[in-house]
Amino acid sequence: MDARSTLIGLSYLVAASLFILGLRYLSSPATARRGNRIAALGMLIAIVVTLLDKQIVSFTWIAVAIVIGSIIGALSARLVKMTAMPEMVGIFNGFGGGASALVAVAEFIRLTSSPTAVMTLDVSITTILGVLIGGITLTGSFIAFGKLKGFISGSPITFPMQQPVNVLLLAAALVLGILVIAGTPIVWLFYVVVAIALIYGVLFVIPIGGADMPVVISLLNSFSGLAACAAGFVVKNHILIIAGALVGAAGLILTQIMCKAMNRSLANVLFSAFGTGDMAAGTTSDEQKSVKSVDSEEAAMVMGYAQSVIIVPGYGMAAAQAQHAVRELSELLQKRDIEVKFAVHPVAGRMPGHMNVLLAEANVPYNLLYDMDDINPEFPHTDVVLVIGANDVINPAARTDTTSPIYGMPILDADKAKHVIIIKRSLNVGFAGVDNELFYNKKTMMYFGSARERVQELIAEIKKL
Amino acid sequence: MPEELLIGLTIFVLSAFVGFEVITKVPPTLHTPLMSGANAVSGIAIIGALLVSGRQDSTVTLILGMVAIVFATINVVGGFMVTDRMLEMFKKKENKE
Repeated sequence: MDARSTLIGLSYLVAASLFILGLRYLSSPATARRGNRIAALGMLIAIVVTLLDKQIVSFTWIAVAIVIGSIIGALSARLVKMTAMPEMVGIFNGFGGGASALVAVAEFIRLTSSPTAVMTLDVSITTILGVLIGGITLTGSFIAFGKLKGFISGSPITFPMQQPVNVLLLAAALVLGILVIAGTPIVWLFYVVVAIALIYGVLFVIPIGGADMPVVISLLNSFSGLAACAAGFVVKNHILIIAGALVGAAGLILTQIMCKAMNRSLANVLFSAFGTGDMAAGTTSDEQKSVKSVDSEEAAMVMGYAQSVIIVPGYGMAAAQAQHAVRELSELLQKRDIEVKFAVHPVAGRMPGHMNVLLAEANVPYNLLYDMDDINPEFPHTDVVLVIGANDVINPAARTDTTSPIYGMPILDADKAKHVIIIKRSLNVGFAGVDNELFYNKKTMMYFGSARERVQELIAEIKKL
Repeated sequence: MPEELLIGLTIFVLSAFVGFEVITKVPPTLHTPLMSGANAVSGIAIIGALLVSGRQDSTVTLILGMVAIVFATINVVGGFMVTDRMLEMFKKKENKE
């Protein structure tokens, strides 16, 4: 090994260590920012030393591509609204997967067009895996992006024989993939595999509903890491394998956490087209159920004279951009010596940790935010729970009604507090398509309207008290 | 099994274990930054893209490599920057008392 290769190899080792250290620092909000910068430094080192590689002979086009990518990346990072974070992460997953797939394709072309190059079996296997995983990640992420942005309907899109078609496609891709690499590589068949991967990515995400996006984005995150791994095997570069495996693990852990928080298996999330409504077998026995609706004045009275308040934010808060008003409300209550806490359900919103980021943006200190397990024992001795645009995560049916599709899902015990005020636009069912019996509870007050306007009115009324 | 593949697999499996250990400790509050940060790290594909396009074997691989570089750079630059922007906002309650 010459001096240059040694330098490159050792620098990659440093970069890999920085990635791991960076992730470690993410275990506390106090050190997280430093952690992110350490990981970024690792990436910079890896990129710079790669440019020293003797294989690289031309830099002009590389420079052009890097400049273009940096401008797009920096602008989108600057301009994106915090409420649009799920879309942003979604589409970035796609770019990562796409880049890995393109690397695998380019390497395949090089090895099959050169008369001297030999394609060993391990390289051909990982090439196929790279284009499959990368291709699925690319188009799957674009669909997820479209769903989150509202370009594509957020509800599941289904068609007859959907699952058999999907399974068939995936099987075809695998069989053709093996055919491509068994013996002399068959070039045209390779492109068929690429095309199938891209189509499968679309078909795989369209039947998944909006509120299941936390799972999909986590899974695609994991895929983008695994695609980078595969690309690492193809170009025989260990730093790609290490970094890819770290990301793959991160995405997988998040996927697991999200599924557990909904008490559903990954297979159920991916294949059941949950939220189409046709499986809402829950108890909708139409005995006249009465709802108590309140106006701002009444809601303000209940909250303003409470001693403890727990706020439960949901996707409705994000959709109405109500996080700043919510922060103002919490500060106003604190000034009246009311204890305020926030209860965040793991799957609230459209991606893991979505509510936390929004509330952080609005300057709510993160130590006021509590996870489900920590806050649940506190509900029984809390005066008022204010639910803002959340539904399924507080539905007591998950505890009691064995026929409900959400039975078994861990929920926030909002119904155990003395009073519950629910800000919601209507009595409509939530994502799971089931009625929420908490709405009809005697201690519940429905406070209809858009989250932001209602919270602002509440603030005005409490100030008058 | 080629030795190179064996070494690669070893590295892959061990890294995945390290990843699981380290990432399990990330609290739910930081799950969004974790995801966007991890996302930026998956932009490591840029290394592969640099190697592929820098060789200039043919126009096709150069173009594919360049598109890959653009994609991966968006991922790296955008990912780390947006994560930084998010983490800057996470503040503890200052003790006024």
